[in-house]
Amino acid sequence: MANFSTNEFKSGLKVMLEGDPCSILENELVKPGKGQAFSRVKLRNLKTGRVWERTFKSGEKLEGADVMEYDMEYLYTDGEFFHFMATDGSFEQFGAPVDAVGETKNWLKEQEKYEVTLFNGEPIAVAAPNFVDLEVVETDPGLKGDTAQGGSKPAYLTTGAMVRVPLFINIGEVLRIDTRTGEYVSRAKG
Amino acid sequence: MSWQPSASIEALKERGMFYRYIRDFFYGRDVLEVETPLLSHAAVSDANLLPVVVQCMGKASYLHTSPEYPMKRLLASGSGDIFQISKVFRDEELGSRHNPEFSMLEYYRLHFNVATLKDEVAQLVGDYLNIQTRQDYSYRQALIKYAHVDPFAASDEQLSEMVVPFMGSLTLNRDECLDIIMSHVVEPLLPKNCLVFVSQYPASQAALAQTYENHEGHIIAERFELYVNGLELANGYHELTDIVEQKKRFAIEKVKRENQLGVQRETDQHFLDALQHGLPNCAGVALGLDRILMLKLGAKNISEVISFNFDRA
Repeated sequence: MANFSTNEFKSGLKVMLEGDPCSILENELVKPGKGQAFSRVKLRNLKTGRVWERTFKSGEKLEGADVMEYDMEYLYTDGEFFHFMATDGSFEQFGAPVDAVGETKNWLKEQEKYEVTLFNGEPIAVAAPNFVDLEVVETDPGLKGDTAQGGSKPAYLTTGAMVRVPLFINIGEVLRIDTRTGEYVSRAKG
Repeated sequence: MSWQPSASIEALKERGMFYRYIRDFFYGRDVLEVETPLLSHAAVSDANLLPVVVQCMGKASYLHTSPEYPMKRLLASGSGDIFQISKVFRDEELGSRHNPEFSMLEYYRLHFNVATLKDEVAQLVGDYLNIQTRQDYSYRQALIKYAHVDPFAASDEQLSEMVVPFMGSLTLNRDECLDIIMSHVVEPLLPKNCLVFVSQYPASQAALAQTYENHEGHIIAERFELYVNGLELANGYHELTDIVEQKKRFAIEKVKRENQLGVQRETDQHFLDALQHGLPNCAGVALGLDRILMLKLGAKNISEVISFNFDRA
């Protein structure tokens, strides 16, 4: 991969830092009137999702990271890997390990599209769409007529995830979930 | 739409008012407004500044990074107190507080020293920004108070260890470590809504300031900086007038420049000749006008106070 100098550090650039691929979030010049120039950079470690702050001397170089994001359809899990298929027409399949899937495991649904980050051709992160529709497999029986009042109860989805839902929700209903907050939005339409 | 200014009309009006205020301030003090060339044959000596190189009359010339050398030539010629508002150019400086072309006020006062010049700058900036509180620290006091390190007593190893959280494994020299500690640790902690003067810098950061040995045996540069809300606004010196010392510092910067940048630049012989002739005892300061306007208007980005920032220029 090419090397990038601090003045090429733009938001979204993928670089290697301490062996991990990172995405640059911010780059701020620090230049005392009399003194050396530095770049104060915020990067997201694409493996861990953590944000790093690091300062570089102006002109310092980092190796580019071979990182690409693809839209992929979720297929199935074999217990060890979660299998996805590229939707770019190549039908290429990738097995993502549990730590790459992370929290997104709670929102995996077959035939749904996810954003899979590949580093050197291997999946390192999987991002869910903002909303997914998932079926309730277990919850206390719904209270009839109770559509307006407050109150909530736990419900378990096909993925094993638990969400708080209104009291009127029943087993077998399909719910729209906001994956960013992990919260119930509504009953799925259609 | 990028044909339109990056600053609001309100900001442009404020800049106009600010320049009028500055001119009134100096008119009232009998300080002469001057103009010196933006384009010069020789470049700045400071290895940390990258001048913009342009082609003129078939040969490389430089846009100035500050009007310091020609203004000192005027002083050596008997101009008396002078000020200048001008655009200056510094390559590779672009960010929320930097634009490669920016506006500077530079002025010189005969027989002033750091203490008297700080007082005048406090009045100039404090009255404009309506900030009356002021704190003065020596460089050493500021680092001890906010970073818990004595910049004169700490070993190179101690300073290197302090910058590891910011720089990782990268090794820096002593002054680079001190710059990181100043900008990453001290500056964010300096008192807010207050004129904060830092002075008495280590001799290694003297630039063109006079130096002296203090009672603790430290060589101190007679230099000050003004910070307001973490923004570095001004840099002033009791000006170096000693030609021998000046030549020595030019030689040091020349080596640094060739090592860091691999470029050779011609020394400004006119400037050295003026110093040889005799620069009167004086103190001078450069102020970043765009940043002062940022504070006046509460702007987060320098582009909000510049008619057309670099992207739109």
